[in-house]
Amino acid sequence: MDWVTFLILFPLIPAVILLFTKSVQLQRVVVLVSSALIILGSVGLACNYMQAGGTYLPISSGFFNGLVILGDIVLALVFLYVCRKLPIKKYWIPLMVVIQYGMVVTADLTGGIPETNRYLYIDNLSIVMALIIGVVGSLIAVYTVGYMQHYHEQHKEIKDRRCTFIAAIYLFFFAMYGIIFSNSITWIYFFWEITTLCSFIMIGYSRKEEAVHNSFRALWMLLLGGLAFSVGIMYAANYCGTIELQKLVTMKQSLVIFPILLLCFAGMNKAAQFPFGGWLLGAMVAPTPSSALLHSSTMVKAGVYLVLRCSPILQGTASGAIVAFIGGTSFVMCSALAISQSKGKPILAYSTIANLGLIVLCAGIGTSFTLWAALLLIIFHAVAKALMFISVGTVDHQTGSQDVEDMHGLVSRMPILTFTMLIGLGGMFLAPFGMLISKWAVIEALAVRNPVYPPIVIFGGSLMLFFWTKWMGTLISVVGKQPPIKAKGIGFDEWLGLGGLSILTIAACVGFPWIGHYWIQPLYGWNPMLSERIEVSVALMLGLMLLPPLIFACRWKRLVHTEPYLSGLNVENKYEYLGSLGAPRRWSFGNYYINKYFSEAKLFKGTIIGTTLLWILMFFMENL
Amino acid sequence: MTTTSTILVILFIILAPVIGGIISGGDRIISAKMQSRVGPPIVQPFYDVLKLMGKENLVVNRYHGDYMICFLIFTIVSGCLFFGGNNLLLVIFALIVAGVFLVLAAYCTNSPYALIGAERELLQMLAAEPMIILSAVGLYVVTGTFDVYGIANCQHIPIIYLPGVFIALTYVLTIKLRKSPFDLSTSHHAHQELVKGLTTEFAGPSLGLFEIAHWYETVLLLAMIFLFFGSYWILGIILAVIIYFIEILIDNINARIKWELMLISAWAVTLILGVGNLMILYFVFHI
Repeated sequence: MDWVTFLILFPLIPAVILLFTKSVQLQRVVVLVSSALIILGSVGLACNYMQAGGTYLPISSGFFNGLVILGDIVLALVFLYVCRKLPIKKYWIPLMVVIQYGMVVTADLTGGIPETNRYLYIDNLSIVMALIIGVVGSLIAVYTVGYMQHYHEQHKEIKDRRCTFIAAIYLFFFAMYGIIFSNSITWIYFFWEITTLCSFIMIGYSRKEEAVHNSFRALWMLLLGGLAFSVGIMYAANYCGTIELQKLVTMKQSLVIFPILLLCFAGMNKAAQFPFGGWLLGAMVAPTPSSALLHSSTMVKAGVYLVLRCSPILQGTASGAIVAFIGGTSFVMCSALAISQSKGKPILAYSTIANLGLIVLCAGIGTSFTLWAALLLIIFHAVAKALMFISVGTVDHQTGSQDVEDMHGLVSRMPILTFTMLIGLGGMFLAPFGMLISKWAVIEALAVRNPVYPPIVIFGGSLMLFFWTKWMGTLISVVGKQPPIKAKGIGFDEWLGLGGLSILTIAACVGFPWIGHYWIQPLYGWNPMLSERIEVSVALMLGLMLLPPLIFACRWKRLVHTEPYLSGLNVENKYEYLGSLGAPRRWSFGNYYINKYFSEAKLFKGTIIGTTLLWILMFFMENL
Repeated sequence: MTTTSTILVILFIILAPVIGGIISGGDRIISAKMQSRVGPPIVQPFYDVLKLMGKENLVVNRYHGDYMICFLIFTIVSGCLFFGGNNLLLVIFALIVAGVFLVLAAYCTNSPYALIGAERELLQMLAAEPMIILSAVGLYVVTGTFDVYGIANCQHIPIIYLPGVFIALTYVLTIKLRKSPFDLSTSHHAHQELVKGLTTEFAGPSLGLFEIAHWYETVLLLAMIFLFFGSYWILGIILAVIIYFIEILIDNINARIKWELMLISAWAVTLILGVGNLMILYFVFHI
């Protein structure tokens, strides 16, 4: 059997099994086996097709095409079913479902969609995405089983529907593989909406009022993207005469710019670019694995994946410049907003939108140099952010708080977990590791162009440095002997997820020159690492990163231990000192949040209005 | 690596602390003169560091000194990358990593004064980094390369095209050199409202390492100023001396300001002078 067909169809099997598996042990076995198979499948696929370049895969199209139409109808009914309890004044949510599916299904049944036999396409971009979904996604799936067990021990009030949750993860794998391997945009649309459904199921999991509210907000925002997608399909079918994505992006710019912009609309909407950032922020109420899997490492990546696919058309157009500008605005604003947050998951959510914005910026500019950087960003962000999310989720379970302030001195209490978080944090922003190398490439690529873009990247990057370093510092504060929180509570699957992602992050950080050389260069024909000098300096810095652990391993002699200076006499309690009146006084410390400038109250509204105008401008730009 | 670059890197490693120390000594003499004092001999900073090295190593915990060692190493490495003629952006990123290690060193001590110092150091980085990176972009726009040697061997003088960028860089240099009015996180002067800010818990050899790292940093930053003069290096040296003198003057005639003013003014200068300069180059002169 072919690797691609296997990867798309196989996840449905565990999805169905898990839907009816109540026993945790059995769930664990099913998840472990199917994850191993999916990882193997993804790696096998990568080995098979890596050198091949872009390939179309033959498929008996009639049968599968019928299935997709059937699936569309079923999906529309499911969407209408979940909307049944909505108040009547929210009539427009089901209306959006009816309109978009009405258009697509009618056109499909009446032969309004041009025929094609090239439904599947695979190139290095799909392979990179497949590996991210397969490897990162599977590790998160493994982690989920243990996490959900804890989750329900802690939240007894929430109804145990974890079978649905875990099954939805595999349904989601099916949809993601579908998106990245499909060449027909009707097929992509079908899978696209399945991921919307998965997201909806997971956000509303706890059925609390806030969760339900947020899940419907996510639903309507994502359906709006779906609506744009369906209009794009209709336009492409009627005026461009094809629904093949690969064909569309090689056609004349002026002819296809409109449907391509509609697809970009859907993509940026899925990637939670502002003004649609709200759904991703609201999605943080969901159990952590869904945040790690859907809302940072994979589903939102499908959004930027689509924009990347469209970038050949965007390159050099005014609309492309606006797309880049929307991404840049999201990048800067979300980096600033993240500074004002103290809770772990909102920080991660904002930084996710910010990084996706940077990728969109790269795609909007669309030169081979920026695309190289964009693809590296996708890889690094997927591994490091997934690791950060599940680390925060684990800390939350062990200490009962995901607030960064409460993580003060975590290294003294949970050293190993802190270490995994430090790996994630380092991967997010430290040179010479991934993200910073990508930022370097972006700045270098943008310096030749319009001087509007480099400052965006520079300011956004500096803002990011602030909140990541703040977080890192809070973790590594040595608070002295603390009653260690026994890591007993962290089960085997959770360690497997944490350890696996840590190793992946390190591997990506060390191996990115090879990734750049063997995968991305054939794709975009460019590799900024080619210059020997840069190779040497990056290698030098990577080597030097080995030094800190060595230095920490050394036990220096002649250290004289003392107490911190507190402008008063030290007393036994480290957080008190003897004041001038002879009574012990407490001291405490909290991080800076710069709410004066960067709070949500100050920035959120303006960002929404500004980006909305940009989105409108994007569509009119070509006609001006 | 060519022979020239190897020699330059070795020279940097050996000579930078010497030059940095002498600059620091000269700084103290000129400051003293400005305050109608005699001041110490020019080699006083070396005496100070030698004395610090001989003292016992007082620590709050056994880790924070290690971060300081990392800070020193990465500062030296960024200098080596610079004088080895590497990519200027990578040099700046290496310098940022060094800065992160310094902040982490202060965080590690878990002492209230050091913690506030660390936060303020982060604010200083937030204020200064954009302009430093932007000046690399500016140099690229004019010379067409990020390679340090390429910029240094450029035929024309970049500063003629980049006066705004140069002034803005000088402005944030005051922040990087920890000069008043921007010595928020730690200062050269004995006692400020944060005691010694982020170096509060560092004593003896660890503090000595901090001083040495600061010498390296000073030389590297002045060398970046130097790049604005391309191959006219005598002009560069003269201007670097003048700039440093102005920094000392600013240091002596200004009181420390609040971080809000530092952040806003630095960003305003970056956006107006720095970005404005690049915009004019692009839209008016089409470079």
